[in-house]
Amino acid sequence: MDRLQTAITALHEADAESGRRKSRSRLTPVARLIVCIGFLGVTVSFDKYNIAGLLSMSLYLIVTGIWEEISLWKGFSRLKYIFAVLLLLGIANIFYDRNVIMFLGGIPITGGMLSFVTLFLKGAFAVYGAYFLLLTVGIDRLCMALRKLKVPRMMVTVLLLTYRYLIVLLKEAQRMMQAYELRSFRHRGIHIRAWGDFPGLLLLRSMDRALQIYDSMLLRGYDGEFLYEMTERKAGWTISVLYMAGWLALFALLRSVPVFALVGKLFL
Amino acid sequence: MSEIRVEQLSYAYDGNREVLSDVSFSVEPSETIGLIGANGAGKSTLLKILVGLLGKYRGQAEMGGLPVEKKHLRQIRAKTGYVFQDSESQLFLSTVYEDVAFGPRNYGYDEEEVDRRVMAALEQVHIGYLKDRQIYRMSGGQKKLAAIATVLSLTPEIILLDEPSIALDPRNRKNLIQIIGEMEGTKIIASHDLDMILDTCERTILLAGGKIIREGRTEDILTDEALLTANGLELPLSLGKRN
Repeated sequence: MDRLQTAITALHEADAESGRRKSRSRLTPVARLIVCIGFLGVTVSFDKYNIAGLLSMSLYLIVTGIWEEISLWKGFSRLKYIFAVLLLLGIANIFYDRNVIMFLGGIPITGGMLSFVTLFLKGAFAVYGAYFLLLTVGIDRLCMALRKLKVPRMMVTVLLLTYRYLIVLLKEAQRMMQAYELRSFRHRGIHIRAWGDFPGLLLLRSMDRALQIYDSMLLRGYDGEFLYEMTERKAGWTISVLYMAGWLALFALLRSVPVFALVGKLFL
Repeated sequence: MSEIRVEQLSYAYDGNREVLSDVSFSVEPSETIGLIGANGAGKSTLLKILVGLLGKYRGQAEMGGLPVEKKHLRQIRAKTGYVFQDSESQLFLSTVYEDVAFGPRNYGYDEEEVDRRVMAALEQVHIGYLKDRQIYRMSGGQKKLAAIATVLSLTPEIILLDEPSIALDPRNRKNLIQIIGEMEGTKIIASHDLDMILDTCERTILLAGGKIIREGRTEDILTDEALLTANGLELPLSLGKRN
């Protein structure tokens, strides 16, 4: 299976997974979204040297992963390129901040090393948080939740269509690649002479397909609003409020009390 | 009163060469008509104009008594179903159920009614068992039937089908012809599949170069070999075998 097919399958699988989860969950998408925003907000608010505090936020990911049966490893495999970018973004810190903050087994640990790790963890946790949200809620209900939180319609529509068109773009790219490979003996990848035409053509073809999908939506009454009243009515409001209150209280606790550091001291 | 009325309709993409030129015809309620013609004859363009996907045409077009104008589009689209040539473009949600429910939800039906409509539409095209299926795991024939179900869930009075039998194997094609026959409402079927037109349409319009060349009983048009050949078509296979 080529890389494009892997990406297309991953997106379809993500849709399928969210479909299975939302049918058995009674939590409202709004509750999940608010908890996720809380998680992201608290995660990025930690000091650049506070690794222990930041690590405590992994509780949310671990519990959600276990509860929702989401594989962290599969997630890592799907998101590995984003993690690679995060590593690249943070690596400069090691060279800029050389103040020794502590020693670990005799090895000097500089501020740059710590901030590199925290930057990576913040990025990775944020990506995992958004990934978990998408897998548990699904893009349509996520957009609906954003609208309920009064995010402007234009922004939400752009988000929804970007996600939908991403699949279109990948499928068109796959078709073009297959057509190209079938007629290009012994070439690996796209020959440099085709580099100019290929992206332009891909964009035009994708726009054409995207327009057809948009037409199809318009013909079935789409006007930029999301009407998923069923989800809201069937959802359990009490459990959703408890879910929100519980997690937000825990985030506040983890942010204000160095729980991991205190637990660590118990064993030292 | 005619369900569909088109008077001296002309259309040009980007103001250049006319794709449709002075086209006039009408379709009576519950009538099924075939729209045939070679590639580039203007069949798809005509259907898209009728549902307001292409604007700025010259002449008149009415659907269900309403002029095809921006202010009437929501009403026209509520009573008109359009089945795209490419089912992939029509299906954009993850499961069959979600996709078929998209239209009824947008028109504000409560969830009980949405469920009833979805199941009725799926049963009408005999794919009730596929309701939870991921669309990307379906065959071309199944996707076509699901695409038709997305339209039927809105119980349209008028149904426009653009090349419905394209890329279907014989069994699925036969199944589709039966389903089209069972569908209620006024129908226009644009197709190169002349055998299907012969099986489903009482009346046929032959388009060539954006103009109506002939309009009349399907059998009369599809048995006129000289007419078909002159306009880039051939006798339907079933008739060809008879001769």
